[in-house]
Amino acid sequence: MAQAQPLVPQLDRTALISAEKTRYARRQLTNTIASGLMFFLTAVSVSVLFIILAYIFINGISTLFPVVDGHLTFNLDFFIKPPESNLDGTTGGGVAQAILGTIEILIVAGIIAVPLGVGAAIYLSEYGTGFLVNTLNFTIDLLAGLPSVVVGLFVLAAFIGNLALIKIFPHFAGLAGSFALIIVMVPIIARSVEQILRLVPDSLREAGLALGMPKWRVILQIVLPTVAGGITTGIMLSLARAAGETAPVLLTILGQQFISTDLLQPMDALPIRIYKYATTGQPDLIPKAWAGTMVLVIVIALFSIAVRYVTGRNRYDA
Amino acid sequence: MSASRSSSQVQQGDRIFSLIVQACAVLIILILVSIIAVLVIKSQDTIGRFGLDFFTKGTWDPVNEIFGALPYIYGTVVTSILALLLATPFAIGSAIFVSEYVPRRIGDIISFTVELLVAIPSVAYGVWGFLVLKDVLRTTVDPALKAVVGPIPILGGLFRGPLYGLDIFTSSVILAIMILPTILAVSREVVRQVPRLQKEGMIALGATKWEAIRIAIIPYARTGIVGGAMLGLARAIGETMAVTMTIGNASPDKLTGSLFQSTSTLASAIASQFNEAQAARTYGSAVVQLGLVLLIVSSVINLFSRFLVSRTGAKNTRS
Repeated sequence: MAQAQPLVPQLDRTALISAEKTRYARRQLTNTIASGLMFFLTAVSVSVLFIILAYIFINGISTLFPVVDGHLTFNLDFFIKPPESNLDGTTGGGVAQAILGTIEILIVAGIIAVPLGVGAAIYLSEYGTGFLVNTLNFTIDLLAGLPSVVVGLFVLAAFIGNLALIKIFPHFAGLAGSFALIIVMVPIIARSVEQILRLVPDSLREAGLALGMPKWRVILQIVLPTVAGGITTGIMLSLARAAGETAPVLLTILGQQFISTDLLQPMDALPIRIYKYATTGQPDLIPKAWAGTMVLVIVIALFSIAVRYVTGRNRYDA
Repeated sequence: MSASRSSSQVQQGDRIFSLIVQACAVLIILILVSIIAVLVIKSQDTIGRFGLDFFTKGTWDPVNEIFGALPYIYGTVVTSILALLLATPFAIGSAIFVSEYVPRRIGDIISFTVELLVAIPSVAYGVWGFLVLKDVLRTTVDPALKAVVGPIPILGGLFRGPLYGLDIFTSSVILAIMILPTILAVSREVVRQVPRLQKEGMIALGATKWEAIRIAIIPYARTGIVGGAMLGLARAIGETMAVTMTIGNASPDKLTGSLFQSTSTLASAIASQFNEAQAARTYGSAVVQLGLVLLIVSSVINLFSRFLVSRTGAKNTRS
């Protein structure tokens, strides 16, 4: 071993150590800078959310809870009255027709979208193998990624007015808006319900089948009730998405200013009213746009948090 | 006797039920097929009349029925790419921060907060962009960019012209905020999928945290991050209301190349012109064709990004 020593070139230890020290210091510095950069990027990303929410809530609250004669009041008119023209050219009243329209269109869309989406989810998780399943999976992916304005344009070009291929509606109509929202909701429902059905342990299905239940009763009476909570949140998630969609309803129901529940006539929806009030350039309408935005964001956030909460504690251990 | 009857009833019940769920599946597939069919049929008019000119000519003149969608295609491409460039560093930085620098619980809280941005509807971004961001950019960031980058030979061309606030740049910033959570969510997942041993091995060999991230984590997660960015891109391309409210909805004959030019995207042109267009045959066809182009482009990018993301998932389950 001792003979091997001369083969190693004689190195200046102190120079080597000092070179390594500066290299080490540089590496540590790079590391610190990188950590700082990561922190900065994250801080900006998070603060953007709070900045936007702060604008929406500060402006929204001051419209919904105006201070009159030193007292905090609640602007109930915003929810229960349609727009009214004041003598000075400003607009009074509220956006009741938009809230009503959104609720009505959503309910009609939900009545069709929920069974359709849940049915497809059952097919994917309980029956599925083969060509039809692959095609359906592919279709749901494409529908989920479809720009929502294209959905609105499809309903317009297929069913409404002069442009229609099959003229179901002579002009813009609430029911056409429901058609568009069905297409928005179905892929969300199908995907989320399918994932939740896959959480049901096979032992539950097998127990039912072993007792002689037919497959359809196992699905309807064992599998679906087991995950009823999860299915509900999936449906709520799709309703939340649909409630905030503007383009599909704008292209199909157009928006108008009067209380109307007739699904064959043009209707109004909250996102449309927000869009119109924010961009018309009339200063008195802008606070209402903020207030409408706040209402919309609160409704959607409540839905999303509920979804997060329920899916977070879903464990279907047999 | 009674046993055989009940078993045939059982079979019948199963047959009916499976037919019902199959019908749901077929109906959903038919919806997609009819969307494509209707858009193709209703845009025949302009496809036949203008052909490729629809994509290469820049004049959009509904009065004289001349339709070239170049400004909208240009607007879509530039806003989406700029949004992607603005959002990706923040998304990747945040994804690495929440999965490598802080405890999992805190990381989850941070990413949940950022992902709440997804829940805010497009029109809310539009309201904020139109009433707040537009003026902030026009009075501070835009002049600063013009002063600093403007004199530089080639880059300066991006920051020229009068400042209105409703332009490509404002839309891109809004889009960047909107796609940030999409890219973050995917990036965080793929960063978490990187095997711990790779990183721990590097740390054990004396690497700094950043070196471990740069050498062990980023290369491993790269494909997935690109997939996430593409998903964000698909979302930016199809985004309608926020862009409609901030881009100015102009149909410029001449594209200046400046980010301060007002134009439209495919989606915003549809949203701002559908009502006039549906009354006239050729105009209607032109707007439907915009939708068809949008459908094709966003679907291709969407499928490609899903392919990239799923490929990283598959790779990780094997290792």
